[in-house]
Amino acid sequence: MIRQDEEMIVPEGWGFVETIDRRDFLRLTSTGLLVAFAVKPPDDALRPVWNFAEQQRTPPDFNAFLHIGANGRVTLFVGKIEMGQGIITGLPQIAAEQLNVPLDRVDCVMGDTDLCPFDNGTFGSLSVWRLGPVLHAAAAEACAVLVQMASEKLGVPVAELTVKDGVVISRTDASKAVSYGELAGGKKIERRYEGQAALDKVSEYTIIGKSYPRPDARAKVTGKAMYAGDMVPTGALHARIVRPPVHGAKITSVDTSAAEKVPGVRIVRDGDLVAVLHAHRDEADQALKLVKTTFTPSPSALDHENIFAHLETVAVERRQVGAAGDVAAGEKSAAQVISAKYRKGYVAHSPMETHSAVASVAADGKVTVWASTQTPFPLQTQVARALKLAPEKVRIITPFVGGGFGGKSASQQAVEAARLAVAAGTPVRVVWSREEEFFFDTFDPAAVISIRAGLDGAKRIVSWDNDIIGSGGRGAAMFYAVPNHRTMTKGGWSGNQGGMHPFAVGPWRAPGANANVWARESHIDTLAAAAEMDPVEFRLLNLQNPRMRRVLESCAKKFGWTPKPGPSKRGFGVALGEDAGTYVVNMAEVKVDPATGAIRVVRVVCAQDMGVVVNPEGATQQMEGCIMMGLGYTLAEEVRFRNGEVLDRNYGGYSLPKFSWMPKIETVILDSPDLPSQGGGEPAIVGMGAVIANAVFDATGVRITRLPMTPARVRTALAKL
Amino acid sequence: MKPIAFTLNGVARTVTVDENRDLLWVLRDDLGYTGTKFGCGASFCGACTVLLDGREVRSCVTPMSRVAGKKVVTVEGLAQGDKLSPVQEAFVEHVGFQCGFCTSGMVIGATALLDANPKPTRAQIIQGLERHLCRCGAHLRVVDAVESAARKMAGGAK
Repeated sequence: MIRQDEEMIVPEGWGFVETIDRRDFLRLTSTGLLVAFAVKPPDDALRPVWNFAEQQRTPPDFNAFLHIGANGRVTLFVGKIEMGQGIITGLPQIAAEQLNVPLDRVDCVMGDTDLCPFDNGTFGSLSVWRLGPVLHAAAAEACAVLVQMASEKLGVPVAELTVKDGVVISRTDASKAVSYGELAGGKKIERRYEGQAALDKVSEYTIIGKSYPRPDARAKVTGKAMYAGDMVPTGALHARIVRPPVHGAKITSVDTSAAEKVPGVRIVRDGDLVAVLHAHRDEADQALKLVKTTFTPSPSALDHENIFAHLETVAVERRQVGAAGDVAAGEKSAAQVISAKYRKGYVAHSPMETHSAVASVAADGKVTVWASTQTPFPLQTQVARALKLAPEKVRIITPFVGGGFGGKSASQQAVEAARLAVAAGTPVRVVWSREEEFFFDTFDPAAVISIRAGLDGAKRIVSWDNDIIGSGGRGAAMFYAVPNHRTMTKGGWSGNQGGMHPFAVGPWRAPGANANVWARESHIDTLAAAAEMDPVEFRLLNLQNPRMRRVLESCAKKFGWTPKPGPSKRGFGVALGEDAGTYVVNMAEVKVDPATGAIRVVRVVCAQDMGVVVNPEGATQQMEGCIMMGLGYTLAEEVRFRNGEVLDRNYGGYSLPKFSWMPKIETVILDSPDLPSQGGGEPAIVGMGAVIANAVFDATGVRITRLPMTPARVRTALAKL
Repeated sequence: MKPIAFTLNGVARTVTVDENRDLLWVLRDDLGYTGTKFGCGASFCGACTVLLDGREVRSCVTPMSRVAGKKVVTVEGLAQGDKLSPVQEAFVEHVGFQCGFCTSGMVIGATALLDANPKPTRAQIIQGLERHLCRCGAHLRVVDAVESAARKMAGGAK
């Protein structure tokens, strides 16, 4: 369903933009107030995330638009995408707040490279955290411009004007009023927001801090919400691509003669890309099975068990990511030094929507790709390069994305669709099978993390030597009061340095932090046990950061934590983390079945200080989602592979968290009006491995240093008691 | 290829297709009903769930030969015009989704569950939806939504 106002066309569910073309955009923005604003790249802590898309063009000096039209509607044009995280509600809330318009008067056009200014991608919990403040300021600028115009039109000084529901009105004479629409209509006003505009005080907020229904709800429960794979341009054919059976193999021969005989089938080749095309996906599947191929064997001798020795020995340079004091001297002052090595396997992103893209070439040669992607603009460049076109000859449109979690920062499927559409001369749909998804996913890397820590007679941590292989540095920053520490990393999730990994790796929700926080918080717990102290009291003893102390104390209060040194047999665990500027504490209660080794997570309490919360319901849903998703990498998820072959290719062997795993979930968002909004999409997941591992230790006395903690591994560990 | 007659969301349809083809792709590619999603192709995830004579089936492994003469209801067929079904309303109210990709199958699964058992316990809801996967982790909200829909359909207080 398309809502059509006097000058604006926004389909149901916002964000869904495939019916707005460039002409509509120009018509829409030809009059009215258009404010362009720039989002500065994040600070050094986030730079690795920002640089993920290496193919990026130089960002222009502004990268978002806010438009107010003659109908008084506000439209945000942002390059971000909606993949379930809910910025489709949060970003309009920020604009509506500062502009003093009702939320339902704000539309949001997202992830379209023809309509939206450059954006590097939707990841790193950056949207509200980094785009939010600038959007807020741009809205303030727009409001100031409109109030100034109203002042001139009404003959009332600016100081005597106020804005209510998009109408500028005299404080003393209510008959003197003019709406945003009347002010903006029929004129073309362009502004670039660069300076500082006066923002509303947090205490005056009426829209930020409130929960609103999601605008995409109705479309999503009725099946009307469109995803990339639902786009069917006239004449579109499904493409199933001939794939190697194992990583590292190369095609040596392809015989398509049998497949070609299937009615309706076309075979298309573009260099190394060979595909079977058919209007019906299932018939393309059947025809693909008739293609006979030979391949070179994979040179890889790695598997999911020997990978850890490989990671430790592979020659990749180590880098220091954090240090203070003198670790060797600190260790000398220690009463005891405790070392441990933590290992975790590869984890799949596994969004329910596989990587999907539909590409169509217009008569003028312009290529449009509807893609499930977190990075429409870097993808535009990637497609343009693959097709040897100028970037402006490629348009990426991002409909609703069916889950990303970092996995759709890479969008190989869209390049495949574009190449095949050009080669076939007809629109092409590429929707990866679940098996392709498990094969070409950029997995969360396996990691080996060694920690050696010293404890003095006063139960204070005096040295911390952290050697991380595979997971990079995120989440490893030392926030405990440790005078001597050093953290080194070798490799990471960005790229595959030195061929460390037998397949592609990439960013997975809070990339690297899940592994690093798990290792650190497991080790802190081990130190607490060595100190014969309650894990919360031990952390408080070694923690000065007041913000983190407050979150820990709030979580403990909600959980009802009473001090007892571990293992207390209660099955209680705690883990602290900092991610995307947010401070987070998880507490959990588990039961371990000694016969089967199965871990049942009974309860998880999560407390966060995330600054000013734009949409508390949305933030809470992200926390809940993090907790559920975190159960997966902690208890079950590990990609098994051997000699280049991915052994887990569907959900038969690789289990995502299920309804029956659901613990009682309680969340606390701390009131934090003095801190700007921080990231919310990832923090609550970073402590999930640790909180459950620590609870298992508390229940059983066994410290498990391998993720996932499968029943078999738990049984083995219990047997060694 | 043979003509296969069935009812789709209350409307009589006849499609002439290979009877071994699975319902999912006939719905999506032949008939343009894209609300039913492809998730795994092997009946593990539940994204493709539809009602077949009122019972939930995985359309990705349901050959058209099994559909002949039956009533198929997809997510597009649950609302009466603009009026959402009680299950759909409850999913909206409780935000029983994030990305929305599993939602079609989830809503259909919940509809079948409540049809078979109008007063389920929370444990029965969890058991009933066990074979529906959601990667975003909206599970809590989904269970809340189904509980609420059950109460509403029973005419009880919200």
